[in-house]
Amino acid sequence: MTDETYPAPRHKRITEDEAVAKLCSGMTIGIGGWGSRRKPMSLVRALLRSDLTDLHVVTYGGPEVGMLCAAGKLSKLTFAFVAPDVGPAAVLEPHFRAARQRGALACTELDEGMLLLGLQAAAWRVPFLPTRLGLGSDLPLVNPGLKTVRSPYPGPDGGEGEELIAQPAIHLDAALVHLNVADERGNGAFTGPDLYFDDLMLEAAAQRFVSTERIVPQGDLVAAAGDVTRLRVSRLHVDGLILAPNGAHPTSCDPDYARDEDFQKTYLGTAKDPALWDAFRSEWLSFPTEAGYQAALAARPTEEAAS
Amino acid sequence: MSSSTDLSSLIRRADVCAVAVADTFRGDGEILANPIGTIAMIGGRLARATHEPDLMMTDGEACLIANSEAIVAQPNRVVETFNPYRRMFDVVWSGRRHVMMGATQVDQYGNQNIAGLGGTPLQPKTQLLGFRGAPGNTINDTTSYFVANHGPRVFVAAVDIVTGIGYDRAAALGPIAARFHEIRRVVSNLGVFDFETPDHRMRVRSLHPGVALDEVVAATGFELVVPDGLTSTRLPTPDELRLLSEVIDPQGNRFKEVPEPA
Repeated sequence: MTDETYPAPRHKRITEDEAVAKLCSGMTIGIGGWGSRRKPMSLVRALLRSDLTDLHVVTYGGPEVGMLCAAGKLSKLTFAFVAPDVGPAAVLEPHFRAARQRGALACTELDEGMLLLGLQAAAWRVPFLPTRLGLGSDLPLVNPGLKTVRSPYPGPDGGEGEELIAQPAIHLDAALVHLNVADERGNGAFTGPDLYFDDLMLEAAAQRFVSTERIVPQGDLVAAAGDVTRLRVSRLHVDGLILAPNGAHPTSCDPDYARDEDFQKTYLGTAKDPALWDAFRSEWLSFPTEAGYQAALAARPTEEAAS
Repeated sequence: MSSSTDLSSLIRRADVCAVAVADTFRGDGEILANPIGTIAMIGGRLARATHEPDLMMTDGEACLIANSEAIVAQPNRVVETFNPYRRMFDVVWSGRRHVMMGATQVDQYGNQNIAGLGGTPLQPKTQLLGFRGAPGNTINDTTSYFVANHGPRVFVAAVDIVTGIGYDRAAALGPIAARFHEIRRVVSNLGVFDFETPDHRMRVRSLHPGVALDEVVAATGFELVVPDGLTSTRLPTPDELRLLSEVIDPQGNRFKEVPEPA
């Protein structure tokens, strides 16, 4: 009688570049966070230094959209807004605007709730979810595939069923999200104000990548997150786990760190002149690894870095 | 104590705007009042501090808070409930909300545009924010708009792209599909406007004190309905003025959004 060989648990720890190596040009990629909040920027930086092109990004958009546009990585965007807030105000994303205005981006525009419904439909493996959102608006002009569906049940007046928008499932080839803390198996938690839609991004995707500020041993996650209700991503929906301290920089990752307003302002200013963007890209987005970027950040003069 | 004459000389246009916003929420009861923007938020907080004590309001992030200040530091928040982004859709889609949005363009039927200007819908000459939640807001909930810079490029005969739907679009949908649609008010730096006309075209509800009708007509790119016996927007009461300057907006952010006219 031979002893059975038991399989080892799945090994999920990888680097940003190993995650991006699993992706292909032309893929549809969901990016978590929203606006300039808890964006998986270390993974975005890996996309930027890869040779991938022709990407279709689905996101509650922030500065990652503009960076991918400016770097020529993006050919399609599914979005309800792109808004890299600065200070208290929502501002427009200049690199994204330039790409859209010169016709370089194929766009599918949505109400922000339709994006939620599309991800949810994909996660639940149904072809669409019905909604009132979009009725009467010009969304069909910027979302030409959008169809309506007639309710098979009587309307509120007992007559014909209501006609609703049928928001199609938004299937992602890959999802990239950044969380505050995870355990070594890939269970994750948010400790900031809001999970956003990160769990749905993962559940709607074929390949699921989570970067995280820190990784704790299995069993320590509740204590690390503070409360079991913060454990909102389970390893059922995670294929690759990336340790990425400060990985959301320059976006915020509350309560670990705030948005780097100065850095973001510098980045936004690079849309004024291609030479400024080229200089920014070579200074900040051309490190061969994320470690190089983080080391350069840490080496900056500390005038305002203390806060 | 100041006499009322002294008081009225202290009242500025931004105060009148804040009170006009507060009056937009009058009668709303226990719903989520969701004013977006500086004076919109100040006016919403003023409504709750006075005639609408049951309103719930956001901290701009992921909680509903009870504070009266327009801008609240994180540790000072009096949290009523957790209201993360996704939960907001539950509130919006169940109809327990009155939102006051901004508008890059708003037209005579109350259609709003925050997505793009000029060009074509698929390739606008000027890309703006996007549709955000405007389609869902207007089909599900009472909606109002605040415009700090009333002018003919904002108040246009027809918006370039309809993000938030107005009364003509609602009428085309029919009474069942549009049964939750209401554009209640547009408050600008010049006056207050509503759609309480037979065909729901925009009407002057009141002009802010010191604003002439000619000024508003010249600043509006379509024909406004002007009622007989046009009135002035009401002035803040002494109590409202105190709340604005001492509690809700002691920093005076409202004066930055709507400066005092020369």
